[in-house]
Amino acid sequence: MTALEKTAVETGMKTGTKTGTKTGMKTAVRTAMALDKAATVEFRGLRREFGTTVALDGLDLTVRPGELLALLGPSGCGKTTALRMLAGFEHPDSGEVLVDGDDVTRVPAHRRDAGMVFQSYSLFPHLSALDNVAFGLRMRKVRTAERRAAAAELLDLVGLADKGAQFPHQLSGGQQQRVALARALALRPRVLLLDEPLSALDAKVRLTLREEIRRLQRELGITTLFVTHDQEEALSMADRVAVMQAGRLEQCAPPAELYGRPATAFVAEFVGTMSRIPGRLDGTTVEVLGRRLPVDGPAPAATEVDVLVRPEAVAVRADDTGDAQVIATAFLGAAIRVTVRLADGTEVKADLPTHEAATLGAGAPVTVSLPDRPVLVAERTH
Amino acid sequence: MAGLNAGHLNRGRSNLWRWGVLACAGLYFLVPLAASVLFTVDVPGQGYTFDAYTQILGTEGFVTSLLLSLELAAATIAIVLLLMVPAMVALRLAAPGLRPVVEVVCALPLVVPPIAFVAGLGTVLKWGPEHLSRTPLFQTFVAIQNPDFPFVLVLAYVVMALPFVYRALDAGLRAMDVRTLVEAARSCGANWPQALVRAVLPNLRGALLNSSFLTLALVLGEFTVAQLLGFRPFAVWIVNVSGSQAQLSVAVSVLSLLVTWAMLLALASFGGRPRTASAARG
Repeated sequence: MTALEKTAVETGMKTGTKTGTKTGMKTAVRTAMALDKAATVEFRGLRREFGTTVALDGLDLTVRPGELLALLGPSGCGKTTALRMLAGFEHPDSGEVLVDGDDVTRVPAHRRDAGMVFQSYSLFPHLSALDNVAFGLRMRKVRTAERRAAAAELLDLVGLADKGAQFPHQLSGGQQQRVALARALALRPRVLLLDEPLSALDAKVRLTLREEIRRLQRELGITTLFVTHDQEEALSMADRVAVMQAGRLEQCAPPAELYGRPATAFVAEFVGTMSRIPGRLDGTTVEVLGRRLPVDGPAPAATEVDVLVRPEAVAVRADDTGDAQVIATAFLGAAIRVTVRLADGTEVKADLPTHEAATLGAGAPVTVSLPDRPVLVAERTH
Repeated sequence: MAGLNAGHLNRGRSNLWRWGVLACAGLYFLVPLAASVLFTVDVPGQGYTFDAYTQILGTEGFVTSLLLSLELAAATIAIVLLLMVPAMVALRLAAPGLRPVVEVVCALPLVVPPIAFVAGLGTVLKWGPEHLSRTPLFQTFVAIQNPDFPFVLVLAYVVMALPFVYRALDAGLRAMDVRTLVEAARSCGANWPQALVRAVLPNLRGALLNSSFLTLALVLGEFTVAQLLGFRPFAVWIVNVSGSQAQLSVAVSVLSLLVTWAMLLALASFGGRPRTASAARG
C-alpha cells in the first residue's frame, strides 16, 4: 500500500490496489485519488456588490459531478468572484453555494474541501516543492514520513518526481503551477478550483499544461471549475462553458453548442469571431445579401435585424463587378482572414483557404455570399 | 576587442573607487575606535595593561544594569512584534486604505523628541498615583515602576521602536503576496492562525530579524527616557560610572560598543540559521 493510499484510508477515502512497479504505482495512486463519487456544485441566486459595482447579479449555475466547467467572460464579469465564493474567500450578499446539496455558504475556507490553483505563483517560497505539496497534509496532522511519501507520489503524478527538493524560485513558471496543482490535489478535495492558472505562462507551456490538467482531471474524475478569459482555452478544455457578463450567466453549454448555437448576441460575439450583416426579417426567414434564408432559433420581434455569421461560413469570390471590396487580409496559417467592406459600409470577416485567397489583395472587388443554411439573427444594436 | 578592454578598464576603475570609499569609511570609523582602545590600554608609566577593563567588570552595577537592558530589550522586541505583525498583516489584507494613517502614527515617535516624550510620561506617572490612590490602578502604577524591571520603560521603548519596526515589516510584506499566500494556506486546510504562522511568518524572517536588530540597538543605547525616569539600565550606568575616571569612561564606551555588536551577532546567528534556499540563491 502506498503512503498516499494510507492517508486516503485515514481521511476516509477509498483505497487502491497494491502494486510494485512504477507505472503500476501511478495507476494505484490514481485509483486511490479517484473519488467514490464526484461532487455536484450549485450556485443559487448569488449576489455580491463591491461598493457601487455589482460583481455578481443573481448567478444560478450547476456544475455536474466530474465535469470540467469553464467560467468564461470579460474581466470584471464576476467569474473570479464566483470561484472565490466556492473557495470560501468571498461571501455573497445573498444567495447560497451548495456542494452535494449541502449549503456551504457559511463554512470557512479551510473546511471547504476545495483545492485551488491560483493565477499568480502561490507556492510557499520558504518550502521545497515536496513540502509545498505536503503542506495540507501537515495541517491535517499526518505523520511526517507518510505525508512526504504521499507528496512525492503527487509530484510524480504531475511529472515532477525529481524536483521535490527544489524551492519555488528554482522552478520555472510551468513547473510551479504543476506543483501548485499537486498541492491542490493533496487533500483529495471534492472540488478543484483553477483561477486562470495558465495566464502567467508562455504560449507553449500553456498548451502542454492545458492538456495535462485536462488529462489529470479526467483520470481523477474530480468536479472542476476553471476560470479563464481565454475563449480558446475554455472551448478546448471544458466539458461545458459558462459564459458570464456583468455578474450574470449568459449561457452554459458544451463548447460546440456554444459556438454553433449561441443563446445571446453577447455569447455569439464573445465566443469566436462574428460579423453582423444587416437583413430584413419576414416571419421565419430573413433576407440578406440578396437571398432569403431560414432563421435559426427564435426570431426577434423587429424586422430590421442583423444576421450573425462566423468567418468560416462566409464565401468571398473575386468578382470585377462585385460591389464589395477587400480592405484587409491577415495570414492565419492554414487560412487567411479577409475583411470585406460591403456596399452599405458593413464590415464582414471571412476565413478563406490560403490558396484561394492568394489573389485577394486589399482593394480587390469581390462578392460575398452565405451558404444555404439557417442563420442566427439578432436585433440591430445600432 | 577595444570595447571589451574599455569595459575591463571601467570595471577596474569603479572597483578602485569602491575600495577608496570603503577605505575612507573604514578610517572614519576605525581610527577613533583604535585611538580609544589604545588610550585605555596604554597607560603612561605602566606600559600596556587591561586594568581599565578588569576594573569595569568589578565595578558595582555592571552586570545588573547590562542584564536589565537585555531583559528590557527582549520584552520590547516581543511586545512590539506581537503588536505590529498581526496589525500589519491585517492592514494588508483587510484595510489597505488605512495604511497611510498607520504609517504616520508609527512615524510620530521620530518627530516627537524623546525629551518631550519623557516629560509627558513623567507627568502621567506623577499624576496617576495622586488621583488613583484609592483604586487598584494605583498598584499598577507602582508595579510598572518597579526598579528591578521597570515595565514603563518597555512601554516607552515599544513606542520609540515603532518607526523602525514599521519600516522593516513593511519592506518584508511588500516583497511577498500576502493575500495569495494566506488564501493558498487556507485552501490547504490551514485556519487563520496557522496560515499566519506557517505561511506568512517564515517568509517574513528577514523582516522580523531586522526589526529585532533595530529594537535591540535602540534599547541598549537609550539614555534619555531611562535617566529622566530614574532607572539604571546599561546606558545610564555607563554615563554614571564614566564621570569618575577618564580611562575607565573610554573603556566603558568601547565595551558597550562591543556588547552591542556581540548582541547583534548573536541575534543574527540565532535567527539566520543557514538554509538550502538562501545558500542556493547566494
